[in-house]
Amino acid sequence: MRGLVTAVYLFLYTPIALVVLFSFNAGRNASDFTGFSTQWYGKALSNTFLMEALQNSLIIALTSAALAAIFGTMAALGMERLGAKTRAVFDGLFAAAIVVPGVVIGIATLVALVEVFGFINPALAAIWPGNQPPKLTLGYGSIIAAHGLFTMALVTMIVKARIASLGRDIVEASSDLYATPLTTFRQIVLPQILPSILAGFLLAFTFSFDDFIIAFFVAGSNTTLPIYVFASIRRGVTPEINAIATMVLIASLALILIARFLMRERTTTT
Amino acid sequence: MTSLPSCNASSRFREEASLLVVTNQRTSRMALSPDTRKRLITAALVAPASAWLFVFLVLPFIAIVVFSFGERAPEGGYQAAFTFAQFANLGSRAAAFKNTLVLAPIGSFVCLLVAYPVAYYLAVKVSPQYRLLLVSLVVVPFWTSLLVRTYAWMYILGARGIPHLLEFVGIENVRLLNTPGAVLLGIVYGYLPLMIMPIYVSLEKLDRRLLEASADLGARPLSTFFGITLPLSLPGVMTGVALVTILLLGEYLIPQLLGGGKVFFIGNALVDLFLQSRNWPFGSAIAVTLVVVVVIVLLVAMRIAWRVAGTRQVDLV
Repeated sequence: MRGLVTAVYLFLYTPIALVVLFSFNAGRNASDFTGFSTQWYGKALSNTFLMEALQNSLIIALTSAALAAIFGTMAALGMERLGAKTRAVFDGLFAAAIVVPGVVIGIATLVALVEVFGFINPALAAIWPGNQPPKLTLGYGSIIAAHGLFTMALVTMIVKARIASLGRDIVEASSDLYATPLTTFRQIVLPQILPSILAGFLLAFTFSFDDFIIAFFVAGSNTTLPIYVFASIRRGVTPEINAIATMVLIASLALILIARFLMRERTTTT
Repeated sequence: MTSLPSCNASSRFREEASLLVVTNQRTSRMALSPDTRKRLITAALVAPASAWLFVFLVLPFIAIVVFSFGERAPEGGYQAAFTFAQFANLGSRAAAFKNTLVLAPIGSFVCLLVAYPVAYYLAVKVSPQYRLLLVSLVVVPFWTSLLVRTYAWMYILGARGIPHLLEFVGIENVRLLNTPGAVLLGIVYGYLPLMIMPIYVSLEKLDRRLLEASADLGARPLSTFFGITLPLSLPGVMTGVALVTILLLGEYLIPQLLGGGKVFFIGNALVDLFLQSRNWPFGSAIAVTLVVVVVIVLLVAMRIAWRVAGTRQVDLV
């Protein structure tokens, strides 16, 4: 049994290790390691297209994760106060946001936004006093919004689970001692749910940073890092991709480790 | 942009606090009853998420349902109509449906076969001091870029990878990439962590005293496993199988990179229809069908899970 488990861990980590190893390969050839070199990192870091994609990805992931953390936490707190029926509707919608395949979310958002823009843009042009009316297009906004849907559902789920595990008695004790609802929230509830909010934020960031398929549909002319990597893979495997992949791996590895550290009291999945 | 909502939230709480002071002083300047106030705050808390769910989930879904009954405009895109032609045409993409509906359950099943022993080992066998580390090592790959992890296999299975090594031992012209086997391998690799975790969680909750009792009563390890451990871990198994199958139904990257256009899923057909041939109504019809399939799988899984939970209770009592 031990041998089998070891084999599974090797299976999980060997491909990752190979990518990291070959990112330091001096030669171009993917099959033999001809010497240690960091030249591909230099090439990757001086590639302006790549750096722009990285910057886009960071802005999008930060914004959508922040929105998801704030609105998702508010929703988790609000749902506690809702009646059973309304809460079931929210539960269903959040579950749908998680379960519906990313490719369908991407397509549906693309279709809906194109229709809405087609309706709004002429209207804007008609009422705009100047010569160049603002034009709504696909881009940062649409990626952030589409990622925000999934990540908000994710944060809501995580924070809700944390709230459910909190004892109600301490909140009641607080109000019995004449604390205002705000004081109770700030001094009792918030400190206890803060780790789960942060964990939700980090998982949301990781999801958004790694997502390819949703962004592929709604990015418009913008390029995110996964879109750039996907396009480079299609052009052909070069050691430069290994260097980029290694950097992406290290970034998401760091984030997930921090998120797990924050959630360490809980033993459930995610 | 991001600081704005938090500002609103805190000012809302301040408002709540000041309202409370007002009522405490019994200066009934505020017309709101405590009940109304409570409801307003609740509404304010769920308002942003509701708006999001409506604009970016409900509305887009309505849009693709409407589109699926439309026609393709001559220049691509959508043209209003009411026709079932798109749904009648689903057969023309039968290969994508067949690949998906065959490889998703098989992939999920192979995942299960590999995942169960690992989950069992982590939950029952391993010493507690290493458990957290080993569990983390399983979870971490799931949250690292699927694109990069799949690309790693493209590299290994590609002409310069394993086939190149096989040439040294005299086996030539082996093609691994762009085969159903490669796609299956990528699936198992990508989704193994997601299968291990729920099974691990259900096995970890298992009451060890039951296993001891079984052994004390003279049951062999194997019959203890099939009589107690396996049935009690079925909810985790069901969760894992349902999760992995549902995610696989919408998979795009793995067949794209490891199937190379020869082994394609519904997701690949959708990308092709929306971004290449720009046949939006037909693409919408396929997307709607995919969602229906996902919902059916989910309902079946929930039904079985419910039944499993039911029998488990009977067994325990």
